[in-house]
Formats: sequence, C-alpha cells, structure tokens
Amino acid sequence: MNYLSIFTTLADFVTFRLLGLSGAGKLGDAVHFFVEDITKIFVLLTAIIFAVGMLRTMLTPSRMRRVLAGKRQGPAYVLAALLGAVTPFCSCSAVPLFIGLLEASVPMGVTMTFLITSPMVNEVAVILLVALVGWKLTALYFFTGTFVGIAGGIAIDALGMERYVEDYVWKIRMGEVVETALDNSLRGRVIYGLEQVREIIGRVWLYIIIGIAIGAGLHGFVPADFFARVAGPSNPFAVPVAVLAGIPLYSNAAGMIPVVEALLAKGLPVGTVLALMMSVTAISLPELMILRRVLKVPLLVFFAAFLAVAFVFVGYLFNFVLA
Amino acid sequence: MKRIKVLGSGCRNCANTAKLIESRAAALGVAIALEKVTDMAAILAHGVMSTPAVVVNDKVVHAGGVPAAEAVEAWLRA
Repeated sequence: MNYLSIFTTLADFVTFRLLGLSGAGKLGDAVHFFVEDITKIFVLLTAIIFAVGMLRTMLTPSRMRRVLAGKRQGPAYVLAALLGAVTPFCSCSAVPLFIGLLEASVPMGVTMTFLITSPMVNEVAVILLVALVGWKLTALYFFTGTFVGIAGGIAIDALGMERYVEDYVWKIRMGEVVETALDNSLRGRVIYGLEQVREIIGRVWLYIIIGIAIGAGLHGFVPADFFARVAGPSNPFAVPVAVLAGIPLYSNAAGMIPVVEALLAKGLPVGTVLALMMSVTAISLPELMILRRVLKVPLLVFFAAFLAVAFVFVGYLFNFVLA
Repeated sequence: MKRIKVLGSGCRNCANTAKLIESRAAALGVAIALEKVTDMAAILAHGVMSTPAVVVNDKVVHAGGVPAAEAVEAWLRA
C-alpha cells in the first residue's frame, strides 16, 4: 500500500518535527498512530462514501423491497445479505424498513438476515479494512459476516419465530410506496454523493475519533507482548470474553477499524479480533432497544445469543485455521 | 400556509431535519405548520421506509436522511 505512505510521512512530520517528540517514546508512538490514522481514515472515508454514494442513486429501499419480494427463499437470503452489505442505513430506519419488508411478504428470516448483515458488513468497512489490514483478512471478514447473517435468518425462519413479532406490525397497512424523484444526471449524482459524505461522516466521526484514540493508546502504551500473553492463543477464554465485552459496546464498523489495526499489531490472534469487531458492530444495547419496538423479548434474546455463539465460533475457527 | 410533516422515529437526524426546516422557513418568511410524526403506522401509511422523511401538503418529497438546505428552500418556495 505504497500510495498510503504519504500519511506516514505526514505523521512523521507532525510528530517528530512539529511537536518534537521522540520516535522511541510511548507518547511519540501514540501521537504518530493518531495523526496517521485520523488523516488516512477521514481522507479514505470521504472518497469512498462519495464514490459509493454516486453509484447508489440506483438502489433505493423501495427498489430493494421489490427485488426481495419476488424471490424464492434460497436466493433471497443471499440477496438480503448482499443488499445489507451495500445499503447504508441508520439504525433509526431499522423499524420502518423491517415493517416495510414484512408487509411486502418478504419472509421473516430474509428480513432478519438483512438486519444482521447491514451494520456488520458494509462497503465502508470493507474498503477501510483492505487499506489498513489487507485484502485477505477483509475477505475473511466479509464472507463470515455474510454467512452468519444468512445462518441467523434461516434459523429464525426454521424456528417459526414470526410469532415473536409484535402484533401491531401485522396490522400496519403500508401506503403506496413513493419514489422520491432522484436526479440521475451527473450533477445530481455528484450532489447526492456529497450529501452522503456530509450525512454519514456527520453520523460516524465521533466513533472514528474515539476508535483512533483507543487504537493510539493501545499502540503507544500497552506493552508489546501484553495481549499475546493475556489473550493469546494459549488462553481458551479470550474469544468468548472478547465477544461478551463487545455486546454492550457499540461502534460502527468504521470506528472499530483503528482498534482492530492496533490489536492485530500487538499480536492478538486474528480470530479473536474479528470476533470482537463483529460483536461490537452487530450487537449493541441501543440497537436491541430499537428492535424491541417490533420484536418480542424471546426473539431478541435468541437474536443476541445466536450472534454471540456464532461470533465465538468464527473466532475459534480463524484462530485454529490461521495458527 | 404550508403543512409540513417530518416522519421519523425520534432519532437525532429527525430532530435536525425539523430544526432545519423551521430555520429555513423563518429565514424566508414562509408560514408553515410543522408536525413531527413518530407513529410507525402513520409513517408507513405514507409509503416511507427510510427516515427521516419530509411530507409537504400530503406529498412525500424526501426520504432517508437529513435533506440539503437547498432542497428545503426549494420546497418552501414552491
């Protein structure tokens, strides 16, 4: 990733020349990580969101609903997971989207696959992961995340969990779906792309700065062998502890990436780090509270428990395979 | 008088959208009656699946995200 070395050069300049910190010190290390990641991640994010935003003028929720409604079960699961990966949605839209899909006779399991995959796997996370930790890990993350989403949807369907959807949901009759007119000219697409940058960065910047600060702290102040010693391959509880720690925590995928980068650099096994990232992004208390408006408690418990078990499994699998 | 509704579950983006519309209307001197709709059945009855959405005189003009100030001014002037 040579073209990214410009951010290393910039961080060298700021840390060592401007601030006069020593390259050997802990503070210098942490500041260097912070400056490099903050410039790199915000520049990459802006470019990615703009580019994807311009393409996405073609994919609206109503179009997605039409596509999913007409599919047989098997292909619908895969499609729902892939749509979840490329659809940006603020968790505040989770409830109307959930009801809208069910109302169009999209099966419960397919709808849940979409809800599981969407926060965990998305184009922003994928492109940042490629830039920061390489394409192999990114591919692993993408395929297992998608697979867990599909498996979760199929399990919810097989167990007939539709009965745990709040009763009022089935009574809602949706009005005719409106397509708000999209400007498909080049100018319209550019404006839409810029709006997406403003909207998504406005929503996630704080998570990213917190993530980078945590990453920088880990990078500079945690002894090199600390994680390898307490949470390394020899500790069988590292993976479940990482998943449990991630349940109450919430960050979006972009904010988690600097933490992942620092943990990997400290020698934490890949499976443990992936399990932590999935748990932090896919299960969180705020999201469960939003879903409580449409799902009864037993289904929420199953949702969280299934994902936690699946992430532990993913963690062990990768620690084993990549050891 | 324009009747404007902001549809949304009460998240921060919805509040920001309502605030933006109020401030633009005040700046342009357009009289509006602004209503925040948080009831899911009512939101979906408008055919909206991504929030916040904006309804001007019973027509959905925007869905999914805080609208641009430019767009808000165009609705108010129309």
